[in-house]
Amino acid sequence: MAELLSNEEIRLRLEVEDFLYNEADLLDEHRYEEWLDLFTDDARYYAPMKRNVSSKDMSRELTTETHDMSWFDEGKETLKMRVAQIRTNVHWAEEPLSRVSHFVSNVRLLDSSASEVGPAEIRVKCRFMVYKNRMEDEESTWIGKRIDTLRRVDGRWKISRREIHIDQNVMLSKNLTNFF
Amino acid sequence: MVLTLNPSMKKLVDSDTGTVSREIFWSKELYDQEMEQVFNRSWLFVGHVSQIPNPGDFVLSRMGEEGVIVSLDRQGKVCVSLNSCRHRGNRVCRYDEGNSFAHVCSFHGWTYDPSGALVALPFNEHGYDEMDMGKWGLKQARVELFHGSIWATWDKTAPSFHEYLGGADMYLASGLLHTDGSDNGSAVLGGVVKWRLGCNWKVPCPDTDTTHGWITHRSMALALGVGPTGNPVKPEIDRSQSVGQRRSRYTVSFPEGHTMGVTIPEMDDPSWAASGVWDDKPIIREYLREKFELRKEKLGLAAHLSVGPAIFPNEGWLGRVVRVMHPAGPAMTEIWTYFFVDQDAPTEVKDALASYYEHWYGPGGMTQQDDMENWYALTMASKGPVAQRLDLNYQMRISEPPIHGPSEFGLPGLFAHNYSDENHRRFYQRWAEVMQAKDWGEMAPTGSAALKPGATLFQGSGK
Repeated sequence: MAELLSNEEIRLRLEVEDFLYNEADLLDEHRYEEWLDLFTDDARYYAPMKRNVSSKDMSRELTTETHDMSWFDEGKETLKMRVAQIRTNVHWAEEPLSRVSHFVSNVRLLDSSASEVGPAEIRVKCRFMVYKNRMEDEESTWIGKRIDTLRRVDGRWKISRREIHIDQNVMLSKNLTNFF
Repeated sequence: MVLTLNPSMKKLVDSDTGTVSREIFWSKELYDQEMEQVFNRSWLFVGHVSQIPNPGDFVLSRMGEEGVIVSLDRQGKVCVSLNSCRHRGNRVCRYDEGNSFAHVCSFHGWTYDPSGALVALPFNEHGYDEMDMGKWGLKQARVELFHGSIWATWDKTAPSFHEYLGGADMYLASGLLHTDGSDNGSAVLGGVVKWRLGCNWKVPCPDTDTTHGWITHRSMALALGVGPTGNPVKPEIDRSQSVGQRRSRYTVSFPEGHTMGVTIPEMDDPSWAASGVWDDKPIIREYLREKFELRKEKLGLAAHLSVGPAIFPNEGWLGRVVRVMHPAGPAMTEIWTYFFVDQDAPTEVKDALASYYEHWYGPGGMTQQDDMENWYALTMASKGPVAQRLDLNYQMRISEPPIHGPSEFGLPGLFAHNYSDENHRRFYQRWAEVMQAKDWGEMAPTGSAALKPGATLFQGSGK
């Protein structure tokens, strides 16, 4: 499409990228409580599963938000529970803590809703790669897409919805203890 | 006829001493033997009828290492076909689920209908000399339905599924019923949750491991004040110090290798609705309470039996969740998990249950994550030649097996102390028998734990 971006658009893009990179640092530095602060209280954190279906029938590839199972189907309360579990020192799947690196790329703004002080809500799509290295030699890699809705709250961006599409059918890792 | 284990098998599994060799979790030779002796001869869980409601509907499943197509044919019969073309062996169906009356092999186009029959053969007219297409259908498994669940075996000589259950049928049925106690009212939520884990398929079996929770799942009690199913618990209770018999709770096993936990029901037992899990979701709590009242009217005391037994070899339950441990190599397992709800439940109830299941079970489940960590770590720590020579200990309460025989409570099964390794001993003993036995004649279980003929349910002392 190669349309020229306005200064406002460039500024917004940089703002969003900075938000996402900062978020990745919080996760990779195990600063989970600060990471939770990036979510609105009504946030939804959702990771559908991907089925092998006919290419004529791709609308059925992702499991749906109602009546289907998913890898994750969280609100802020259950995300808090997961963080509290990690902090007990006896959550064996993360004791000791895994080494994790989040890579975020292909950041694009999909759409936004306007307000007087600029966009009130924006949808952002990106690719992610999450690398986990655990104990001596255990490795997992997850690659996929993320679609976030960011909402401006008191002059700061917060995540009100995160949809995570992991490019796997059978999950090739023994468990999912880290955040995406 | 009771099978006596030969010395080499007894060396692997010794129920008298309560020991099991670590070899059975790593040996490729034993694994190959398992594929033949255990997985090719046992009844295996492959799915549920709610996954394939219409003719032509199909889902993929597995039997041992091999893929199968579970489908409903034009006559409404459930068929289970090996997903391997009879021509050159190619995988025929490449979709997890769908609807099709013609599964076309992508290599040369041999085409099969939902019952596995070869219905189209390219180049047939001049290419084959009167080939009998009837002989070249997809390999069919024997299929039996049990309250909507689908079971299959490759063995023509295996007993009926009912006989295979050995009296555990009432427990298995209890897990498959609608909350209101009616039959055929359960459905699997969309999306079978599948993941791979580096441990032998037997490690998560049997799943009534009553003595692991206090430490494995300690983080949940400490951080959240909940037990493995999200039920409120007091974190200060240290289970290592309180291993007394919980009121009327037992580990229950069958000579056929099936294992479970059973609480002797009493009419005033609280239902799941009153467990505290749903206190912040009154709509769900009210739904469960209302349906459970109907269940009590319909089933009486049996309403409280919602057991979900682990059926030998690789099927197990957690609440209303079925998980199947598919072997994928000696030290690799692919776990498939099916989540059940009431078919006619309101959307918000189904959604709340789907979220509930996802929070505790599966690869992301706050409960199961820590199980997988231990199953993987024990596998890796059991690999070396020194560790391999050290037998594993299943001796807990070996001197009191079982404390109540069948019918003592007017319930089938062999009842042992809630905190004991009796279920594990029974499982591995059965595994050893099946591994050694030449045929189903030799495999006859050592006695029966079925309810005695004429016995009445719940007429025992219950002490």
